[in-house]
Amino acid sequence: MNALAIDNLDISYGDSKVTHGIGFNVAEGESFALVGESGSGKTTVLKAIAGMAKSWTGSISVFGAPRSHGIDRGFAKQCQMVFQDPYGSLHPRKTVDATLSEPLAIHGIGDSGARVDEVMQSVGLDRRFRFRFPHQLSGGQRQRVAIARALILKPQMLLLDEPTSALDVSVQAEILNLLKRLRREQGLTYLMVTHNLPVVSFLCDRLAVMRHGRVVEIADVDQLKRGALVDPYSRELTKFSAAHLQN
Amino acid sequence: MATTRDWLLDDSPSSRLQARLGRSYRLSHALARNPLAMVGAIIVLTLILVALFAPWIATHSPIGQDLAMRLKPPSWDNWMGTDELGRDIWSRVVYGARITLMIVALVAVLAAPVGLIVGAVAGYFGGWTDRILMGITDIFLSMPKLILALAFVAALGPGIQNAIIAIAIATWPGYARIARAETLTIRNSEFVAAVELQGASSFRVIVNHILPLCTSSMIIRVTLDMAGIILTAAGLGFIGLGAQPPLPEWGAMISRGRSFILDQWWVATMPGFAIVIVSLGFCFLGDGLRDVLDPKHGDRQ
Amino acid sequence: MNALLEIRNLKVTFPTARGPVDVVKGLSLTLGRERLGIVGESGSGKSMTGRSILRLIRSPGQVTADEMTFNGTDLLSLSERQMRAIRGARISMVMQDPKFSLNPVMTIGDQIAEALLTHQKLARSDIRSRTLAMLEAVRINDPERVLGLYPHEVSGGMGQRVMIAMMLIPEPDLLIADEPTSALDVSVQAQVLEIIDDLVKRKGMGLILISHDLDLVSAYCDRILVMRSGEVVEECDAGELKNAKHPYTRGLLASIPRIDESRDELPVLERTGAST
Repeated sequence: MNALAIDNLDISYGDSKVTHGIGFNVAEGESFALVGESGSGKTTVLKAIAGMAKSWTGSISVFGAPRSHGIDRGFAKQCQMVFQDPYGSLHPRKTVDATLSEPLAIHGIGDSGARVDEVMQSVGLDRRFRFRFPHQLSGGQRQRVAIARALILKPQMLLLDEPTSALDVSVQAEILNLLKRLRREQGLTYLMVTHNLPVVSFLCDRLAVMRHGRVVEIADVDQLKRGALVDPYSRELTKFSAAHLQN
Repeated sequence: MATTRDWLLDDSPSSRLQARLGRSYRLSHALARNPLAMVGAIIVLTLILVALFAPWIATHSPIGQDLAMRLKPPSWDNWMGTDELGRDIWSRVVYGARITLMIVALVAVLAAPVGLIVGAVAGYFGGWTDRILMGITDIFLSMPKLILALAFVAALGPGIQNAIIAIAIATWPGYARIARAETLTIRNSEFVAAVELQGASSFRVIVNHILPLCTSSMIIRVTLDMAGIILTAAGLGFIGLGAQPPLPEWGAMISRGRSFILDQWWVATMPGFAIVIVSLGFCFLGDGLRDVLDPKHGDRQ
Repeated sequence: MNALLEIRNLKVTFPTARGPVDVVKGLSLTLGRERLGIVGESGSGKSMTGRSILRLIRSPGQVTADEMTFNGTDLLSLSERQMRAIRGARISMVMQDPKFSLNPVMTIGDQIAEALLTHQKLARSDIRSRTLAMLEAVRINDPERVLGLYPHEVSGGMGQRVMIAMMLIPEPDLLIADEPTSALDVSVQAQVLEIIDDLVKRKGMGLILISHDLDLVSAYCDRILVMRSGEVVEECDAGELKNAKHPYTRGLLASIPRIDESRDELPVLERTGAST
């Protein structure tokens, strides 16, 4: 079964259409990347799946069930999101403990003390951070908290919105390793939005290249690694990323 | 002491309580380093103590008349002199603190939560909810506070309770505006999106996630507004629409002393001093709180 | 090569609740008319170094140095007024995000003209022709039209090119670019950097390029300083970065994923203390 199936998706903001006929499938347990530059509509697709961009036509289905245009609790337990900015995605007045307990309270799940402990351990956060406020944490620690928050409801799929682009490279490496390990351990499905092709190469199995609201190419990550993408725009993107590295 | 302090400042608190107490300790510590805020806090604290212990602090009865002692200047017996009915002004000012404190506290309790909730709801839902709620708010805001309060008192009838209600009605729209502006910036932040994605209801998002962030600016604003509220209450008292005689309300006292201002200055001046000092106290405290609580500076402490 | 900028033992200190903290700890550098890259992660003090050259560190931060001379002028002893004459005219700075650096209620033409007028007196027609020439130099295709636009009407890449035009039109001797392209898309990044590179080479300016991106700095600079918690840990020619000796630099290089990635796990730097 596909974890995610998108067909003919048109998303609009007000009167202007942002995406045109987007379609792709993500298999269960797969890690899929949406790649493109700013304004390509990649983040908007993520928002439509999450229920944050509400005016769209076409079809989105998650684990076989069609998505509604809003957010419902059942979906929340299946699919969670990790945001780009670890400074903006944590409530400044809530401790790590409060942030992680909130989803459990919403879903009426008891035993929050043990669950919080468990999830903090699995994202590699030491116990002493549990009652700290976000301003007492570094960027990498905050992003670990954000990942823990996404995982505490034990979802099967994570939507990752540029999860490492606001981090230093050495911290990025830690978070990428963490995401890779979590996927292996918990059999998660990832849909990641990014502009960073080397990150895709490290973390993903397949990718879709987007430009001006359209998918121009869907390819295996092997093709990316070999520099064998077909579409001229994809090749151009690859060239820029590779140019950096060879210098 | 040193160990309690270490426990409070611990970078890795081990319980929710310790984290919360640690934060309060840091905030009060920062407040204590601000001299003006301390002056303000001491004045406000004094006001509260005076109001609580008025019977012990006052030297005479606040309403006991003694026509033989009319309009005496300040002396050893009557520290602030006496008024035209021979009442001891010091005792009246002391008892007046109770009335002032009651007005301030009730207005804060009535107006701030209403403003906070209206503003947060309007800001969070947007669209028609926002338009209707803010339309009402704007109608109230378009009239000067004292005039609005006057109109309400005129309609409700003079008296201290009605004055409080009128002032509260005139004050909440300002808080609604601030709360809405704050909510609009918080509403689009990623941490709100994150709880929404976890399936939180709108009620939960507003109460648990948005309101806590609005409260600090609200506390600052209410504290700064206290001076204005005291002055409005005094203004209503002054024109005879607030507290009724023989209640020792400061504004009403000034009003009565007006006729003697040239020959017996103390009758109007002493309650005037009280108003000025208490208003300043609230302003200083509000300013200090802003320095400490403002999220742009506060959390770095 | 005569030194354009000479810094010895630069220290930037901020007071905190737990006593003063040095964010730059005794940095020394000599810059000729060359392109110097300063790389480091957040908190390494790289931006503070750039800002302290222009004396843009705000109180309560404090800057001290044994020597900080620009073309023979002692920057530390100048009055704030003399410093203003140097900023923009002799030393310019391009910051990260054009959105925050451009005045939203002035047209682009007016802003560039103002940058020019602050430091020189010129006739109107001269201003216009120099502004147009500058916009062309930063490869804006349709300069006549762009002159009349407001900052919100242009894209991020265009905004950053306008910023560069503004900073370079008074023909400074030294350009400090602090993360000039990190808010931009990769394809635009390359364009903007090439423009800077081209202008720096043609006008013989000095360039200090501050960035977190090792690859980018090694591509566009002659010499590189690697900073870590306020100190320079490595100094090398740009071409030699691959052969860096310091374990920190090597660790940084290794932790970047490659486009032909085959490692199952990225190597992670050893952390000192609790700052993960």
